[in-house]
Amino acid sequence: MSIEETISRRTGSGKNDLSVPPLTEDDLLEMYRTMVLSRTLDERVWLLNRQGKAAIVASAQGHEGAQVGAVKASDPSRDHYLIYYRELCTMMALGVTPTEMLLGFLAKEGEPMSSARQFPLHGSMDRVDIVSFSNVVATQLPHAVGFALADQMRGIDAVTIAYFGDGAASMGDTHESMNFAGIHKLPVVFFCENNRYAISVPLSKQMAIDSVADRAEGYGMPGVTVDGMDPVAVYEAMYLAIANARNGGGPTLVEARVERFYPHTSDDDHTRYRSADDIETMTQRDPIEIMEQLLVSRDLLGEARKEQIWDSATRIVNEATQAAEDAPLPQPTGDNDIYKHLYADSNGN
Amino acid sequence: MATKTVIEAVRDAMHEEMSRDQNVLIMGEDIAERGGVFLATDGFIDDFGSARVIDTPLAESSIVGIALGAAVNGLRPIAEIEFADFVWPAMNQIVGEASKVRYGTAGKKYAPMVVRMPYGGGVRGGLYHSQSIDVVFAHQPGLQVVAPATPYDAKGLLKSAIRSNDPVIFLEHKRTYRLVRGEVPDQEYTLPIGVADVKREGSDLTVVAYGLMVHYCLEAANMVAESDGIDAEIVDLRTLSPLDRETILKSVRKTSKALVVQEDSLSYGIGAEVAASIATGAFEDLDAPVARLAGPDLPEMPFSPALEAEYMLSPEKIAAAIRDLAAY
Ligand SMILES: Cc1ncc(C[n+]2csc(CCOP(=O)(O)OP(=O)(O)O)c2C)c(N)n1
Repeated sequence: MSIEETISRRTGSGKNDLSVPPLTEDDLLEMYRTMVLSRTLDERVWLLNRQGKAAIVASAQGHEGAQVGAVKASDPSRDHYLIYYRELCTMMALGVTPTEMLLGFLAKEGEPMSSARQFPLHGSMDRVDIVSFSNVVATQLPHAVGFALADQMRGIDAVTIAYFGDGAASMGDTHESMNFAGIHKLPVVFFCENNRYAISVPLSKQMAIDSVADRAEGYGMPGVTVDGMDPVAVYEAMYLAIANARNGGGPTLVEARVERFYPHTSDDDHTRYRSADDIETMTQRDPIEIMEQLLVSRDLLGEARKEQIWDSATRIVNEATQAAEDAPLPQPTGDNDIYKHLYADSNGN
Repeated sequence: MATKTVIEAVRDAMHEEMSRDQNVLIMGEDIAERGGVFLATDGFIDDFGSARVIDTPLAESSIVGIALGAAVNGLRPIAEIEFADFVWPAMNQIVGEASKVRYGTAGKKYAPMVVRMPYGGGVRGGLYHSQSIDVVFAHQPGLQVVAPATPYDAKGLLKSAIRSNDPVIFLEHKRTYRLVRGEVPDQEYTLPIGVADVKREGSDLTVVAYGLMVHYCLEAANMVAESDGIDAEIVDLRTLSPLDRETILKSVRKTSKALVVQEDSLSYGIGAEVAASIATGAFEDLDAPVARLAGPDLPEMPFSPALEAEYMLSPEKIAAAIRDLAAY
């Protein structure tokens, strides 16, 4: 059954209500640029970790297609993004700058999400509603459902996207959240980036079934599995899920099958638990190359343009690295006083 | 003034706040048609509708976690945990998440939410319907923990809790629900979180307590006044965190002796924090070591009546501790 049929059949919203606007040439090129920027930044951050400058890094390499496709299907001016740590490309797609990200990785003053109190990608953004309170996996799922409940109650037509991994899928919070969202038909999309590993634990020891999306049935919502290495396929699946949620059709569980090209984090060594064979085959499909092939087939990308896009990403990341390295570390006085923001002040703020 | 029970005061506070602010909603198990197992939300479903009075699935972590998300996104949820003994599945969402929203976003997001729960023993509740869970929350900066003893305090503090822009753990002692009656003003009022209250003035010694123990201490104070002429001052903490050390110290500086009474087991308890605060802040005024009277260091109080009574404090046990301290 097609994704369209799965979503419309389950929710009874009628297949014809849901159609996916095709991506324009500009859209496709922008998605490609975002992925290239994310990949370039990701490499740089890994390097900064090896230089002892970035304390911890969780790479998004291999997840970029899924992340850029999901954001493209959403509306950053009103939607909520309850992310987890592996979302560098989501951040890029939502317009967070490489400098802002690097201020986070280097824990520097001016870091926008938590004022460098938290690990990179934790806290919240002001320009776009990106939220990640915690390192504890799956805790963001009930939060996402609460966001959606508050929007539904007040008739606000925003959709909340709850990002999580295949390991997080095992947590009780994941079950409780999907169950509640299904009962109340809340405008939330559960977006699982299934890279087959939770640190070292493979999918076969995480669940007795092959697909996280199969669980959707048990929550009365549609569940779809999509090739997460293909940005356009993810865009289409997420567009349907988001449109359906916005139209009052309730939640969807979208599982994007991706690969984790790097070890879990900069503190991990995946050769301890992944076979040489597995490591070699997993990189044979790369979301950036899949996007390049699409662009080439549509005559949107030649060698010259490709080089220009990669060079431009390197330039941007170089400048951002310089800016972040030059920025001071926050000192525990004044604005960065560690006693600030424990409770509201006397004005309630 | 009208005379109300604690449960009526709790109900009135929520009803008034839900009438006054469309963004207040309540969610929990059995709270809609049933009106809550203690009837704290009796009739709310008719007055406010099912969008704002939500019967949740039996799943505590998500009751709190969803309330938290809704709070950050603009609502003022009240999450009801049916019994405090069942809050453990939600601990991570309270201690791990709610307490850190403002701090972890450097003030950009905040969670105006209340988690209410009936707690405490002396009700033949056994191991799983008697628990005092207060100290676990009081230990966590970023939370406010309120534990009123009287209808007047319960109503005024719950209204403040609902209006607070940070998470409040609101602890309602089950045995006080229908046992304790008191005057409640007809006109609207609120009481500030973080302010203790002297429930009985006295000159010989200070007794610090909260929840049901306040009432037991008041009874004990009357007993020792009659039998021994001891004049005890009773300080009701009302809020466990932030702790009102000033009111405690002021009383101890006057009386020079202090006893802390807690229903919860002894070690690492609220009493330890109060005793340390007195030792630090009023050492030179003390005529005796700070005394603590508490439940024994056991997992919880047993079910059978004589066994429960052995665990549970009583006015008689408190009176004996007061006499000991007075004699020091
Ligand atoms: C509740 C909890 N337990 C353990 C951890 C430690 N931990 C961090 S990430 C992780 C694996 C998560 O895997 P998955 O959800 O599949 O996401 P991925 O990292 O693969 O993208 C673990 C075990 C944690 N953060 N939270």
